[in-house]
Amino acid sequence: MPAHRLLTTTEATDLLALTREIARDEIAPTTAEHEAAEHFPRDTFRLLGKSGLLGLPYAEEHGGGAQPYEVYLQVLEELSSASMTVGVGLSVHTMSCFPLAHFGTDEQRARLLPDMLGGDTLGAYALSEAHAGSDAAALRTRAERTGDGYTVTGTKCWITHGGVADFYTLMARTSDDDISCFLVDGATEGLSAGPPEHKMGLTGSPTTELHFDGAPVAGDRLIGAEGSGLKIALTALNSGRLGIAACAVGLAQAALDLAVDYARQRHQFGQPIITFQGLEFLLADMAAAVHSARATYLDAARRRDAGMSFGQEASVAKLVATDAAMKVTTDAVQVLGGAGYTRDFPAERYMREAKVLQIFEGTNQIQRMVIGRHLAQV
Amino acid sequence: MNIVVLVKQVPDTWSERKLSDADHTLDRASADAVLDEINERAVEEALLAKEAQGGEVTVVCMGPERANEAIRKALSMGADSAVHVSDEALHGSDAVQTARTLAAAIGTLESVDLVIAGNESTDGRAGAVPAMVAELLGWPQLTYARKLDTDGQSVSIERESDAGVATVEANLPALVSVTEKINEPRYPSFKGIMAAKKKPVSTLSVADVGLSADEVGLGSAPTQVVSSAPAPPKEAGVKVTDEGEGGVQIVEFLSGQKLV
Repeated sequence: MPAHRLLTTTEATDLLALTREIARDEIAPTTAEHEAAEHFPRDTFRLLGKSGLLGLPYAEEHGGGAQPYEVYLQVLEELSSASMTVGVGLSVHTMSCFPLAHFGTDEQRARLLPDMLGGDTLGAYALSEAHAGSDAAALRTRAERTGDGYTVTGTKCWITHGGVADFYTLMARTSDDDISCFLVDGATEGLSAGPPEHKMGLTGSPTTELHFDGAPVAGDRLIGAEGSGLKIALTALNSGRLGIAACAVGLAQAALDLAVDYARQRHQFGQPIITFQGLEFLLADMAAAVHSARATYLDAARRRDAGMSFGQEASVAKLVATDAAMKVTTDAVQVLGGAGYTRDFPAERYMREAKVLQIFEGTNQIQRMVIGRHLAQV
Repeated sequence: MNIVVLVKQVPDTWSERKLSDADHTLDRASADAVLDEINERAVEEALLAKEAQGGEVTVVCMGPERANEAIRKALSMGADSAVHVSDEALHGSDAVQTARTLAAAIGTLESVDLVIAGNESTDGRAGAVPAMVAELLGWPQLTYARKLDTDGQSVSIERESDAGVATVEANLPALVSVTEKINEPRYPSFKGIMAAKKKPVSTLSVADVGLSADEVGLGSAPTQVVSSAPAPPKEAGVKVTDEGEGGVQIVEFLSGQKLV
């Protein structure tokens, strides 16, 4: 049962209908195969791009869809139900466009954004390093001033779309005290991606190291002022976390749908197992977790759309939704029993995919820290 | 050239479809409603012809108010405008009455060169409406097209039926019905969705197309459904274990079913 959504405009209704059709007919049928083969479905992103889904929350004048986050996130949720590689990919792409869209000059936006939102290119976000995960400010990659531009040297870690992205939004140190933000073309000389990490889940999505070996970056690719990179990175992450919350709800919804469908069909002791209270209550708790997680991210999104502060709410949404996804996917495996533990059913894949949601774009421990600091400030 | 595409909103084949207990007409509330898939192909074919020849594509639809969702889908794919015949009096209309209404709606449009329809809908499946509409318009009908070519003066199709494939040609204006083999329809884009909101849709009543309410609808329908029953559940098939006699057993089974 797809989620029954309350949408306030015809274009949002039609957009969600289009998204579901693409998810059902073009994405879901091949997800298991792509994940097993560790194949990145680049063509799916071309189709999303052609359909106008790679720039939804950005301004129309730059090729975006001018949609509120409330609508964009529900599109993201639907895509995530069909494939987490696609859902997380879209979320990362959207976050990679954020610094330019919000901190770039008018000239930079007019020059660069249409290609990034137009659907033919894919972005990646390069912040983390081996020793700078939660402690992002400890990053060491350097961008040295050389003539009109910069020369970048260092290694980034855990880069979603590493090696397949067309552009990288990079945070690098421009002095001992300063971090700056750059938009780097994927074809830049001296830029190379390492081999994909061997991950527990999300195996269709390449995660790599990114090596900068004296890579030249033009001065007009600096986003915002020198030294404002960490602030830009954290601001982008606030919105990115909402994306991950929506991905988590999509995954949890897929796991719930699978478990309910199975429990209706599977008979034991002469009756469908969904009629046993032990399972009925388990499924009810799963549904409650999905619904409450969705409500939480939608509330944060509406605050963002209304121009209110939403940092604390975004962290709450990320924490609640990803913990819900972990619980719901784990319980889905339980509902399917032995079948759930095999790779013949997607339950075990959902469970593996859920785990990373609690880790990336700020671990759930970091989310608690963010929430706690908001509380302490008041 | 000006092309009309006949479109219908049908219950999604992915959902459970039912007839209403009261009058055996479609229970529209019981299932999700979508633009019939064959109509997406008809719209696609019209858009391809428009892209090659220029002109306008007008969608003509008969159906309740909710059918405007199906119309919007066709518009978001790229059709230019729509005519929606919507009237309580149409409820329960059969194929003949539907064809009359659609032909009358087409008659309200100026200079139509080509009408494209799906060969049959996924709900009613009478497969008769396109031919009836052509007859009422007095135009040539080219049905079951798996390929369509037009130069703006004439239209030629590859007609595929159980009897084989024939090339059929006619001067315009003409009506073509297409099969599911004709093309792969495009997805709308978000730009198309936004553009569709601003495209003209004229909603017409039965009287607006020049018919009277007692000519259409269940009460005066030439054909009526008098009873209906759900399809029986599938039964397990016969399993033949081949112990040297498998071939004989299969032939016996097939001849028992009068299939050989």
